[in-house]
Amino acid sequence: MLQPHIPSGTDTDASRLVRVLKLELRGITKRFGTLLANDHIDVVVEPGQIHCLLGENGAGKSTLMNVLYGLYEPTEGEILIDDKPVTFRGPGDAMAAGIGMVHQHFMLVPVFTVAENVALGAETTKAGGFLNLDDTRRKIKEISDRYGFDVDPDALVEDLPVGVQQRVEIIKALVRDARVLILDEPTAVLTPQETDELLDIMRQLKSSGTSIVFISHKLREVKAVSDTITVIRRGKVVGSADPGDSTTALASMMVGRAVSLTLDKSPAKPLEKTFQVKDLTVIAPNGQHTVDGISFDIARGEILAVAGVQGNGQTELTEAILGLQERVYGSILLDNVELVGRSVKDVLNAGVGFVPEDRSVDGLIGTFSIAENLVLDRYDQPPFAKGISMSPAKVLENAKTRIDEFDVRTPSGLLAAGTLSGGNQQKVVMARELSRPLRLFIASQPTRGVDVGSIEFLHKRIVAERDQGTPVMIISTELDEVMELADRIAVLYKGKLVGIVPAGTGRDVLGLMMAGIPQEDAAAEGHATASPEGGENA
Amino acid sequence: MSATATSPLPGRGTPGTESTAEVQATSGKPVLWKTPVMLSALGIVAFIFFGLMGSDKTAKFGISTGGDFFQLPAVEVPSMAGGIVLSVIMLGLAAYAVFLKTRDRPVPTWLTITFTVLFVAAFLIWVVGGARTPSISLAGLIAGSVTLAVPLVFGSLSGVLCERVGVVNIAIEGQLLGGAFTAAIVASVTQNPFVGLLAAAVAGAAVSMVLAAFSIKYLVNQIIVGVVLNVLVSGVTGFLFSTVMQEDKARFNSPPGLEIVEIPVLSGIPIIGPILFKQSVVGYLMYVAVIVVWVGLFKTKWGLRVRAVGEHPQAADTMGIKVNATRFWNVTLGGAIAGIGGSFFTLVAIDSFTKEISGGRGFIALAALIFGRWNPIGAFFAALLFGFADNLQSIVTIIGTPVPSQFMAMLPYLVTVLAVAGLVGRSRPPAASGIPYVKG
Repeated sequence: MLQPHIPSGTDTDASRLVRVLKLELRGITKRFGTLLANDHIDVVVEPGQIHCLLGENGAGKSTLMNVLYGLYEPTEGEILIDDKPVTFRGPGDAMAAGIGMVHQHFMLVPVFTVAENVALGAETTKAGGFLNLDDTRRKIKEISDRYGFDVDPDALVEDLPVGVQQRVEIIKALVRDARVLILDEPTAVLTPQETDELLDIMRQLKSSGTSIVFISHKLREVKAVSDTITVIRRGKVVGSADPGDSTTALASMMVGRAVSLTLDKSPAKPLEKTFQVKDLTVIAPNGQHTVDGISFDIARGEILAVAGVQGNGQTELTEAILGLQERVYGSILLDNVELVGRSVKDVLNAGVGFVPEDRSVDGLIGTFSIAENLVLDRYDQPPFAKGISMSPAKVLENAKTRIDEFDVRTPSGLLAAGTLSGGNQQKVVMARELSRPLRLFIASQPTRGVDVGSIEFLHKRIVAERDQGTPVMIISTELDEVMELADRIAVLYKGKLVGIVPAGTGRDVLGLMMAGIPQEDAAAEGHATASPEGGENA
Repeated sequence: MSATATSPLPGRGTPGTESTAEVQATSGKPVLWKTPVMLSALGIVAFIFFGLMGSDKTAKFGISTGGDFFQLPAVEVPSMAGGIVLSVIMLGLAAYAVFLKTRDRPVPTWLTITFTVLFVAAFLIWVVGGARTPSISLAGLIAGSVTLAVPLVFGSLSGVLCERVGVVNIAIEGQLLGGAFTAAIVASVTQNPFVGLLAAAVAGAAVSMVLAAFSIKYLVNQIIVGVVLNVLVSGVTGFLFSTVMQEDKARFNSPPGLEIVEIPVLSGIPIIGPILFKQSVVGYLMYVAVIVVWVGLFKTKWGLRVRAVGEHPQAADTMGIKVNATRFWNVTLGGAIAGIGGSFFTLVAIDSFTKEISGGRGFIALAALIFGRWNPIGAFFAALLFGFADNLQSIVTIIGTPVPSQFMAMLPYLVTVLAVAGLVGRSRPPAASGIPYVKG
């Protein structure tokens, strides 16, 4: 083989097992056309460390790691392993040099078994190229036992929960003797509980000598496991930080200006109750009562946050209000007008603004321009339309105003919305919904997959809408967000309302309520246990 | 204590096992009414036509042929009684399928297969019983089916190889035709059928390379490239046929055929003998190809990589597998196999090339590959079924049945439609089939 730059080429398997590896990226620059994704980045990963690359979405972290993993060729700069420069022509070279990567979107073949996925690309074979999966099974079992993974080598990957799939990805890297493991936003898809387990696995890996490059923008996790933090902003290294630094300091460094993580929010001044839901029941096509006899109301100038583990009826509740569900019973009154049975268009015209939970599916049309997406709800009304013709000039003019107002980072309103980062897409959705006078504002998962800087901004806008006297309903599975925004908190469990509690209610009590335990019992138990993180994982 | 519901302990395993069970319980696809309804309808049709309206003659099925080393007596079945008995069993199976559906359980594969076999048997008894000479040779029927299935098997193997690696191969028809033409002309010129066979493989591969280059390198829609290739090959071979072959038929269009090679003793086993041990080289190659492709795809390193590329090319890429190179060479290999299948037309079945000699069998091969669920063995049996339908219609026409011959000529295509639309459950093609891979 002609791979003169890889020092590991001469290593035997045995020596690789005990090798600890020092990794250095020197002056890495990556350009895509005119876009400078990485600008002379220097990072040194010392052996046996958890090194965090902290940065917002779109800061260039993933690009950098794809360069390191051989998926992209750097425009400039070099990679050094144990102080010797190497060139990776593809992921195969990177793996041979001891680098493993767990991608944000898993690189697993769903219809293959765990063993087949692990074997792929590093197959052990008998004579004649026949697969020796027994050997792979043995290796999986070995690693699985060592780290307590509990992975069945013969399970089909598509049948496994996300958390277990991620462990399969880690096994894949470890089977290839990865000495440096890159984890690209590994917690984005995990529940809080699975996240804790992953952090624990990372510590174990570290203690067995594997270095980890941990890519994240979630400060709590970063602080919990990192040894060193390198902060990347807009493709540049802006400095390193210490895990002991305060969350605010880290956030400010990442965003590039002072951010306050605690929302500056004045107490609510609730006015009259203009939105009332009475005995609302939604029945799914399979006969299940996804929303089961819910009653609540929201006053003007108040934020009601709906908490609950995902899949407890939140989606159906919002869809029922919007008129997207078929079998809806009960009553939904907005300004004393019944919304049940109305078309979506009627509901929108009644002054309901709605931010759906999945912006890429329900919130935006990715191939349409930002400007077009900004008028999706009013394209047929003046000033954007006259009779049957649309006025592109007016649409673009509107886009310019909204882009400025909501700080959407884009060179032009004519770009396709799908090209924007998550945070900027969410700003577009929010800008559209908040740009007309509202009588009710509903935002579902308003900051899911959004960077810190944008979260702050979006939260401020939601509070501003409240202060204008609009009833606001927030649905979030992130307890932090619920506690930060809410004036009152409603907790849903299996389609039923467990209770509505005031904003200051403790995390532990809320956690228990999210598991279906009524408020009174939860309060009693919560005081008994009184653990600071209690309930977070419910 | 609160530990039951909200324990913050990072205990591994427990949540995983819990949710695994949940996922497995819900991952079952909904059981559809399609198969039970279809089976019931076919059962009723069988009962009325093959049973109640059956003829009063006795159908006679010859099992042994003269060359067999031992003779089995012919089977004689009273047409109407046989039809009634078989259709009642079929109705029983259909009722069981309906019962399973009411319990939300899927119809098992063995039931569908048994039902199909019974239906075919009842149909045979009915058709033969109603014929002027109510007697056919079962051995001949089956041996003929295999012969007609040979190009189909090669074609569908080509399709399996291409689709498993993520490229839709609509150009099977063109590959067969290209192989047939090249085999004829090369074998005629060299006077050596084996050189013709080799040339057919090269021609099929060449057609495939065009498909591969356009769909993998230039990202042209694979369906369009495939269709265009079919038209192109048909046009080119047709043109060369009338300008070159017709001009000097002795020199360019009289290929020496591939002899039938009989394996002594074994070929004398009734029914199985002629199928397995009395074939041309191309016929033997077919069996070898089916087994080699199956073993290759599912038991070797090569196959694992091929399937990964067809299911999740990005995953394969991150594991250091060269996606587009794998695709290119697999598609080429598939074309070579289809080319060999094409040579069967001109080197074995007929001793010269005519326009459109493949007659749409490339498309039937495509159906066989889907019916066979992208599995070489499945595709083989599916191709056999189509070959059987094809052969049956010609034999039945010869022995003279009450059914109009035009209707019988529809049989292979009717079977194709029923098989692909009705009897196959929800089959799942390779996930990345038809989607070009672009890095990044």
